[in-house]
Amino acid sequence: MSRQIVIEPVTRIEGHAKISIQLDHAGGVQSAKFHVTEFRGFEKLCEGRPFQEMPGLMSRICGICPASHVLASSKAGDMLLGVEVPPAAEKQRRLVNYAQVLQSHALSFFHLSSPDLLLGMDSPPAKRNLFGLIERDRDFARRGIRLRQFGQHVIELAGGKRIHPGWSGPGGVHRQFSTEQRDEILRTLPESVESISLALDWLKGVLDSFSAEVRHMGNFPSLFLGTVSNEGGLEYYDGTLRITDSSGNIVADGLDPKSYFTYLGEASEDYSFMKNAFYKPIGYRKGHYRVGPLARLNVANFAGTPRADGELQEFKQRASGAVCESFHYHLARLIEMLHCVERIEELLGEPQLYEENVQAKASLNKREGIGSCEAPRGTLFHHYFVDQNGLMTKANLLIATGQNHQAMNQAVEQTARHFLKPVTAGAQPNEGILNRLEAAIRCYDPCLSCSTHAMGQMPLIVEMIEPGGAVRARIGRESPCELS
Amino acid sequence: MDRVTAKPRLATAWLGGCSGCHMSFLDLDERLIELARLVDLCYSPIADVKEFPEGVDIALVEGAVANEDHLRDLRLIRQRSKTLVAFGDCAVTGNVTAMRNLFTVEDVLQRAYKEATVVSGLPTGNEIVPKLLNRVLRVQDVVKVDHFLPGCPPPADAIYGFVTDLVAGRTPAAEGRKFGA
Repeated sequence: MSRQIVIEPVTRIEGHAKISIQLDHAGGVQSAKFHVTEFRGFEKLCEGRPFQEMPGLMSRICGICPASHVLASSKAGDMLLGVEVPPAAEKQRRLVNYAQVLQSHALSFFHLSSPDLLLGMDSPPAKRNLFGLIERDRDFARRGIRLRQFGQHVIELAGGKRIHPGWSGPGGVHRQFSTEQRDEILRTLPESVESISLALDWLKGVLDSFSAEVRHMGNFPSLFLGTVSNEGGLEYYDGTLRITDSSGNIVADGLDPKSYFTYLGEASEDYSFMKNAFYKPIGYRKGHYRVGPLARLNVANFAGTPRADGELQEFKQRASGAVCESFHYHLARLIEMLHCVERIEELLGEPQLYEENVQAKASLNKREGIGSCEAPRGTLFHHYFVDQNGLMTKANLLIATGQNHQAMNQAVEQTARHFLKPVTAGAQPNEGILNRLEAAIRCYDPCLSCSTHAMGQMPLIVEMIEPGGAVRARIGRESPCELS
Repeated sequence: MDRVTAKPRLATAWLGGCSGCHMSFLDLDERLIELARLVDLCYSPIADVKEFPEGVDIALVEGAVANEDHLRDLRLIRQRSKTLVAFGDCAVTGNVTAMRNLFTVEDVLQRAYKEATVVSGLPTGNEIVPKLLNRVLRVQDVVKVDHFLPGCPPPADAIYGFVTDLVAGRTPAAEGRKFGA
């Protein structure tokens, strides 16, 4: 008899999902999958609405990285207008995108994942959360909270609102940035650098105690994709795409994000609302690639800011080719946070940021617009088609988490194979082991609201499935129940 | 009340929405530390308890009711919570989540997966993936709602005022909130 284990809901991630593990006749792991159970359909519900509304509407795809959606959407709008935005608008958008990446990474590392790292993978689930963290180490929790606050505050100052900032749109942004706003950001910036540095030292210090998780919680070769600057450095707002393999070789370089659909494809499977992205020249499944912090650090030659470059060099020493351990997404995230704060400081020193002209004026000039940027979780594409009146006729959204879909399946499967001992029928797997399956997913910081243009919490259920596919037994974390 | 800590038990849940209301909750920033003293967070997407517990004092419910899982979860939340708050515009009015009501479920799904290579069929509701409702519903269409906290998302100050009022047994003040805030 073959059986399945389902974990539901997967928690401390940004979305609704389940994990299922197919067991073989001996109770060993045969395969594992990650299922996204939310769907909202932004591709359809935007139809018939003016493209100028899209940044405000598409922002509602995700409350965690709304600014990234606003930017990709604004850039698609820039292309529809056929304009280049004024330098001040570009600087403001860059500033907000760095703040967006920073605050989202702070949420992922401190609020969602650090309970596993600081309290322990096997610590009691009732306390394994931000509030438990506050109880255990108030200073650590406070620093994480204040880092996220710093990023949110930068977004609020420039964008007018922390969540769903409506300040950017086709052609530029709607308001001028002031030196008073700069001064306010500069007041707390040094503390942010200090907190990230402390967290980096701390994480590197505890890595040894997670050596099994580093080695077996999603350590596998894959392609990596990310945006790079003309010089091959880290880039988040505008650049070309580079794909490298696990040996660190460049597979494709200088790819224009505006023709993403010629080299990136998507496949849908009936077990998840989330689609699977792949690199077309290699094809579905084998051509799967990873995006996000780990991928960006793997594809870039350098960071371009002093502190982050120091960390990046050290990071690259961890492997002869690409760093393939999913666990190191955490480390990559912290290095990116450091880079973001450095870039924010740099941008605040640029006079163009404060210029008055923030909007290029034009009417509709094109019928198809594509905008992309690096969102916290990876490369984001918005692709719009409009009619002669500028009303949306079609939208396609290629979202970071969807591009990590196959990697997450693989990470869950590897984790299950290593940590889950053969399960006898009806037995309850160890809670800490189930948490490791979720922790493998948390490395990718999946944003399921984004990936299915929906959002919710991910469930963790273990289902036991017979060879015919019938569910034999279902084990929830707290409510085991036999279905058969 | 929690028998051990004797603090009111707060739960937050997330149905069909963007999580922006939860993010606005996290925008309480250091007031979260204050809140940790006032309440016991017994269930939330940011915590690991998998099943909505019994005896919840205050439940903040973000999002509209878009699929069969949401229906089931919301009914359970209502049954187990003393006070249920429709948290944010999607819960209160359906908002962006309900914009798909202009179309049929089939059209919406077809559109989303049209460009994709269909490997094993569309995820239209099976053992793993829940069935989408034909129409997205407001929270009050499904269960009795005790309080409404609108906003897309509700500002952090409004959330803090609302929750501390409820914890202190006061009726939450409604002033200072405006459309689209």
